[in-house]
Amino acid sequence: MSQVNDDKIPNNVHLADDKRLQRALEAWQPNYINWWKEMGPVGFQDDQVFLRTAISVESDGWANFDYVKMPDYRWGIFLADPVKDRTIACGDDFGKPVWQQVPGEHRNTLRRLIVTQGDTEPASVEQQRLLGQTCPSVYDLRNLFQVNVEEGRHLWAMVYLLHSHFGRDGREEAESLLERRSGDADKPRLLGAFNEPCSDWLSFFMFTFFTDRDGKYQLLALAESAFDPLSRTTRFMLTEEAHHMFVGETGVLRVVERTASQMAAHKVESPDQVRALGLIDLPTMQRYLNLWFSLSLDLFGGEVSSNAASYFASGIKGRAKEASHEDHIALSSSYAMQRFQDGRLTTDEVPLRNAMNEVLRDEYVEDCQRGVDKWNRAIAAHGVAFELTLPSRRFHRHVGIHSGMSFDRAGNLITSEEFAASRSDWLPTEADKTYVKSLMTKPVYDPKQMANWIAPPKQGIKGRPIEFEYVRHEV
Amino acid sequence: MADHNHAPTEPVRFETSPERYKHWELSLPEEYGGAVARLVMNVKEDQGMRPGYPLKLNSYDLGVDLELADALQRIRFEHPDVKALVFASEKDRIFCSGANIYMLGSSTHGFKVNFCKFTNETRLYLEEMSAFSGISSLAALNGTASGGGYELAIACDEIVLQDDGGSAVSLPECPLLGVLPGTGGLTRLVDKRMIRRDLADAFSTLAEGVRGKRAVEWALVDEAPSKPKFHECVKRRAEAMVARSTRKSFAPMKFGPLSVTRTENGAEYKYVSVELDLAARTAKLTVRTPREPEPSTPAELASAGDAAWCVRAFRELDDALLDLRFNHPLIGTLALHTEGDPQAVLAVDAMLAAHSDDGLVHEVRLLIKRVLKRLDMTAKSLFAVIDGDSAFAGTLLEIALAADRTYMKDEAGVSVQVSAMNGGAYPMPNGLSRLQSRFLREPERVGRTLGHVGPIDTPAANKLGLVTFAPDDIDWDDEIRVAFEERASLSPDAMTGMEANLRFGGPETMETKIFGRLTAWQNWIFQRPNAVGERGALTLYGKPERAEFDWRRT
Repeated sequence: MSQVNDDKIPNNVHLADDKRLQRALEAWQPNYINWWKEMGPVGFQDDQVFLRTAISVESDGWANFDYVKMPDYRWGIFLADPVKDRTIACGDDFGKPVWQQVPGEHRNTLRRLIVTQGDTEPASVEQQRLLGQTCPSVYDLRNLFQVNVEEGRHLWAMVYLLHSHFGRDGREEAESLLERRSGDADKPRLLGAFNEPCSDWLSFFMFTFFTDRDGKYQLLALAESAFDPLSRTTRFMLTEEAHHMFVGETGVLRVVERTASQMAAHKVESPDQVRALGLIDLPTMQRYLNLWFSLSLDLFGGEVSSNAASYFASGIKGRAKEASHEDHIALSSSYAMQRFQDGRLTTDEVPLRNAMNEVLRDEYVEDCQRGVDKWNRAIAAHGVAFELTLPSRRFHRHVGIHSGMSFDRAGNLITSEEFAASRSDWLPTEADKTYVKSLMTKPVYDPKQMANWIAPPKQGIKGRPIEFEYVRHEV
Repeated sequence: MADHNHAPTEPVRFETSPERYKHWELSLPEEYGGAVARLVMNVKEDQGMRPGYPLKLNSYDLGVDLELADALQRIRFEHPDVKALVFASEKDRIFCSGANIYMLGSSTHGFKVNFCKFTNETRLYLEEMSAFSGISSLAALNGTASGGGYELAIACDEIVLQDDGGSAVSLPECPLLGVLPGTGGLTRLVDKRMIRRDLADAFSTLAEGVRGKRAVEWALVDEAPSKPKFHECVKRRAEAMVARSTRKSFAPMKFGPLSVTRTENGAEYKYVSVELDLAARTAKLTVRTPREPEPSTPAELASAGDAAWCVRAFRELDDALLDLRFNHPLIGTLALHTEGDPQAVLAVDAMLAAHSDDGLVHEVRLLIKRVLKRLDMTAKSLFAVIDGDSAFAGTLLEIALAADRTYMKDEAGVSVQVSAMNGGAYPMPNGLSRLQSRFLREPERVGRTLGHVGPIDTPAANKLGLVTFAPDDIDWDDEIRVAFEERASLSPDAMTGMEANLRFGGPETMETKIFGRLTAWQNWIFQRPNAVGERGALTLYGKPERAEFDWRRT
């Protein structure tokens, strides 16, 4: 029997009446399942996992918690409710009705944006596929899988747009999304950052905090799109993205909490002493933070960008929460862009539209700072004198106007030799990575246990206790 | 400059007939016994197509050239015994002084470009008459032929210039106006008359032109008799042309007026309709197949007259294309459709193919060839749309082959079909058939396509390479919508340039050089301040001030 029906694929897009979508999914859905089995989490495909699954589109129906085997997860297609008489939020066509169909003029641009966004979703599942085997707790294992299946569903969301609005090209792009592989030199994922494996849990938490947060801001900008199906899709995705943010923020928080509390209990301060206790020392946390923050900043694209200007002008992409801005045309104002030119810090007035990537990055940095503040409060609560900080956005950049130069953490221009000399203070060293991994060699499959390097969460999921058997794993 | 985005307030109409000519007289002088047509230019100064420029000195505007084009068409069909054509002027001491400069100065860029394109097409038709219809032409220059006047002469097979001390031939555009002779003059000097390039250079910068003996020495004219000997010379040459003509006579076919209903949304002819979508800057151009049985022999064709589908449909298409070019500049893309019974077209094709040695059938084939070239040369994006209602068979398949892209619905019952007429009956300006032009890389595909018997369904057409995109029924509507929307969003200038570059692969001909090189440069010059700026040469022509140039070479 066909897998393509409302029962197998929960949706609110009238799949039952949509011949085009049915036909596209007939071919794609089996390939997706094959991809999941081949590239999804290794070693847990037959386990019952306590996951949030959508079973209907009624108000609570999409967030039903129950045990399910991941390959049987009911990946569905959901759009946020339409906004009545929605108009274009920004750009030259501000105030005109939004598009329910792709305008021919923008088809290629939209397709590229959707494919680029879509490609990151399976890529992150692939990057994280081995993590389950070093999990610090069953609770965390379940959170990892929740993130993974939802990244999978985000792929479905983007594929829905490709199938419904981009014809044969769209179907071919949807196939290609299943054919590329993170880290495979012959068929790599589109963005460089998504081709590095996520090999330890500290990186996973940093990834979900910093890199998924880039995703959140991209989704916020796309939620303002004049292409209404894209806007509605991304608005729904944002409701799921919140969980990923939660996993990242509380993940890092629990690590610093554990370290700070043990530092206080054992009255130790130096990293060596902290490591002797089997914990992740705070300077190492800072180095991981420096790395993931700077890598994620690159994902926003160039500070001065003609693409960004053109997306904004055509209404394809707005700013995060565009309505909170005053001027939605953005033709008459400029952005004061600080940059180093000929060794001097200058401020260029960049036309605002060309600076939209930087505008989005500003809000991202502010959002990141809120999380960092929470971590610092946890450290301070134990009386430990250490503060995690976000490095300057010029630090360790490979995209945009700050790339190709060397900066210290405060954003001062330095020579590449100076950078190399301080590199091990600022970025994780091989020794750091080896140490972090050494803490995670054995998975914790006993629901009553928690790895030593991380604090337990404040509470369990959906009213269940922390010791609940979130994953029924047969060892 | 006038606003480029608006059509002239009065739409241009292209049909005329000898009794309505204002500027030309067409006669068949007794002395040649009906074998020579005489076209005498006598432009009425005050009867320009638009007000504001007197047509002095036998200068012309589009109205004058429309009459010329009509006359050439009628000589072909209505005067089958004519074997030579003599051009002359009714004005004393002046043959023709070319396109009217004040008319050009007061025209939009788009009009200028289309005007030049039309006059070029007409000059090429004159050469085609000589090459394929056995009607040679002679320019009898009983006075000065300057600019477009000399370009008309050089489009004839032979030129006789009266040697009277005053009459000259000249191309004064470069020295006087800071633009190029726009009707093929430069190309024909070196490519047709094969004049030495240094002499051509000297001639093209000499405003006063060249007279008498030197004009003969430089091969600018063939003979320069004195005034008393002029008539005799013209007669001798015209008679020789008649003598060597291979033209086959046939019963005259009168061209009556076309019947067309025009509304603001388009035009409805018997076999052609134009539906304008101004908001989308697109027009749907549909050619329908015959509905009744069509002539199956030359005799039946002669008795059917101009009502025959093979004549009427293509005259209508020609008129529709000119209408779109001149009157609808905002229409950027044409959706090319056909409708009806493919078998009806194939039956007509069978007749056209079997009787190519008949004089009338021969002329009909040439007529269709010219109209299809008009389509090739139309500066709008051409997308053929082939669906279940289509009849892209044989001659009508050429319309799809002329398109920049072909969309064919992948659905049972949709097909195209070839006929013998796709094998070279209608060459493009590059001298190749549309199939040959399409398959320059894989010439074997031409034979493979021509050898395909019966309807070619979409997968087969796709495999043969006849189709650009073949969406199925589920994707079709959206793909077509998006394709046209996307095209309409691109720069119209870039599209015109891109299409002109891609349509005519393969060899260069004089024709491709005229349109691709001379016209392209001319259109560039027409935009430059040195010609049309406040102090440009074209702007200041006839005024007391001298032009001021920006001396930097590009």
